[in-house]
Amino acid sequence: MTVQELPGAAAYRPTPPPAWKPLTDPAPLLPDPEPYRVLGTDAVADADPELLLRLYAELVRGRRYNAQATALTKQGRLAVYPSSTGQEACEIAAALVLEERDWLFPSYRDTLAAVARGLDPVEALTLLRGDRHTGYDPREHRIAPLCTPLATQLPHAVGLAHAARLQGDDVVALAMVGDGGTSEGDFHEALNFAAVWRAPVVFLVQNNGFAISVPLAKQTAAPSLAHKAVGYGMPGRLVDGNDAAAVHQVLGEAVARARSGGGPTLVEAVTYRMDAHTNADDATRYRVDSEVEAWRAHDPIQLLERELTGRGLLGDDGIEEARVAAERMAAALRDRMNADPVLDPMDLFAHVYAEQTTQLREQAARLRVELDAEQDQHGHDDVEEGR
Amino acid sequence: MTTAAATAGERTAKAKPATMAQALGRALRDSMAQDPTVHVLGEDVGTLGGVFRITDGLAKEFGEDRCTDTPLAEAGILGAAVGMAMYGLRPVVEMQFDAFAYPAFEQLISHVAKMRNRTAGAMPLPITVRVPYGGGIGGVEHHSDSSEAYYMATPGLHVVTPATVEDAYGLLRASIASDDPVVFLEPKRLYWSKSDWSPDAPVAVEPIGRAVVRRPGRSATLITYGPSLPVCMEAAEAAVEEGWDLEVVDLRSLVPFDDETVAASVRRTGRAVVVHESSGFGGPGGEIAARVTERCFHHLEAPVLRVAGFDIPYPPPMQEKHHLPGVDRVLDAVARLQWEAES
Ligand SMILES: Cc1ncc(C[n+]2csc(CCOP(=O)(O)OP(=O)(O)O)c2C)c(N)n1
Repeated sequence: MTVQELPGAAAYRPTPPPAWKPLTDPAPLLPDPEPYRVLGTDAVADADPELLLRLYAELVRGRRYNAQATALTKQGRLAVYPSSTGQEACEIAAALVLEERDWLFPSYRDTLAAVARGLDPVEALTLLRGDRHTGYDPREHRIAPLCTPLATQLPHAVGLAHAARLQGDDVVALAMVGDGGTSEGDFHEALNFAAVWRAPVVFLVQNNGFAISVPLAKQTAAPSLAHKAVGYGMPGRLVDGNDAAAVHQVLGEAVARARSGGGPTLVEAVTYRMDAHTNADDATRYRVDSEVEAWRAHDPIQLLERELTGRGLLGDDGIEEARVAAERMAAALRDRMNADPVLDPMDLFAHVYAEQTTQLREQAARLRVELDAEQDQHGHDDVEEGR
Repeated sequence: MTTAAATAGERTAKAKPATMAQALGRALRDSMAQDPTVHVLGEDVGTLGGVFRITDGLAKEFGEDRCTDTPLAEAGILGAAVGMAMYGLRPVVEMQFDAFAYPAFEQLISHVAKMRNRTAGAMPLPITVRVPYGGGIGGVEHHSDSSEAYYMATPGLHVVTPATVEDAYGLLRASIASDDPVVFLEPKRLYWSKSDWSPDAPVAVEPIGRAVVRRPGRSATLITYGPSLPVCMEAAEAAVEEGWDLEVVDLRSLVPFDDETVAASVRRTGRAVVVHESSGFGGPGGEIAARVTERCFHHLEAPVLRVAGFDIPYPPPMQEKHHLPGVDRVLDAVARLQWEAES
């Protein structure tokens, strides 16, 4: 039976519920269906050659860093390393697009972004080496601690950006997360807070295809991760994550928008993780070589190198120069990582509270006694063995 | 932790806070007035003044940037507070009810409690998380949990719970002034308890971590906190008839734990009962009994006993009277302390 057939229904005209009106026009928020590109397109004419050369040098250095850090895991110098090889364009652009006063909120994979922002390459690795949770003072470089739980750093970025704005500082926070991390509740809560507060935050999703072994199709049914922005009332932008110039431009626009009071943006960078999830992972169990090879033909360093050499901005000398600089960085990193870190076990109790509780003081005293006994024992052994 | 002590006497208020709820609101207001970095955020804390009206008037007086109605998302609220604290603010977060703080556990445990440690002291987080907790108000499911054991088990957090109007004010001031995160548990069934506390009289703002003897006695110690303090005080009065002179210790702070005050009391009396309304198994009482035993073994005339809520999910309101330890259960335990005579 249709409505028309109902007795007395002829007079019925549906009207919208009284309280309803759209809050925001979704059209300007929607991402373009194709990831934005600069390299190899007309848009490249507007790109600053200095910037392109800088990006190139940093990409080469970044890739070498990834290779060196992975090698250090094989030598037992690092407990684990999640490589970002293939994703260097996202990492570097994230670091270079920020002003000194801005803040970076990296995920556990984003060591490279932290290093590109100026962090000491060894300090950036202490978490993964296992001697300290964070090897640097977050305030010094305005880099939050590398974050291991997924997406939990995103609300921090929102809170920090909000606090900065309340205090009249034009500071922007850029928060990085993986495609898998977008499924976490904290991702949702952070985006929603940021949009409601119009907080100066940029969210950068590095969609590298997999969360450990799980492909994007099992993570979301959305048309793209950038589309998720629309539901929160912020623009979503889709960018080729291997095109360093494009990532830099899109992030730059988002940062400028945030800084001028325009609120947050969600940027999805479409990229690919060339290495396994970490050195401990076997990627052949969940992906095929042909897919990896297809992405190898879209390598971020090659894309940029082709552009720069094609335009005569980069020659063999320049390529060699970048390579040598990267090699120098790697050698220095290797040397410094080969030294055992000196650790004081008493530090375990040093930074739990501003003032140690009586309970902690007692426990610290107990450990002190154990350590002294150990020391005495060693001394004793040395004497026995005639040393 | 000590800065609030210096300022507590400065208040020159006209209204006379009489309930714990008002004292808490007053503490927030005074903290905000004194320190522009103090921000209050949570669900309904602005226009409504919080569902318990603790934050009443703050948005009007300090503006919505200082007392902010957030989206309905506990992890988001506490996560945003982390970032705010990273940028130099002192956020005071209100969780609407004990059981609705659980979505924020990840933020609390993985970040709030650990940031100082993780950054080797470079980045302390001065966040106060206010959690109305406990039962006895006829709340439906998820409105009466005693969640203190979860917080106590997390190194890096202070866990504080006042039982008197005066302490509600003093401890909240101290918590907000603390450079470390504090989980501030508000016994909601004492929100309307009254005292003739006058805001004009000087108020002691205790450093966090000191227990207090509420009633001196000689024959046994009742160790308690928060909502169970009035129960223990009543039990102590009732016990006089039976010839028991009970000492009542109010812990006020669960982390840090004041071993000294507690042990000194038990050494004097030789007997102890721990009283709380959260479940006994894996609960705070087990930890407290163990600590007392370790320190006072040779002074003890009887095992340390526990009177706690049953090991059940918090019961529906019409049944909660059976779950909550009342005066009779405390007195029963006291009777069982005549251990030597029995054996
Ligand atoms: C809350 C949480 N759950 C699970 C894990 C374990 N884990 C570490 S990395 C990872 C996959 C993350 O994938 P994605 O967000 O796509 O980032 P990517 O590794 O691709 O950079 C998982 C499940 C974690 N770190 N945190």
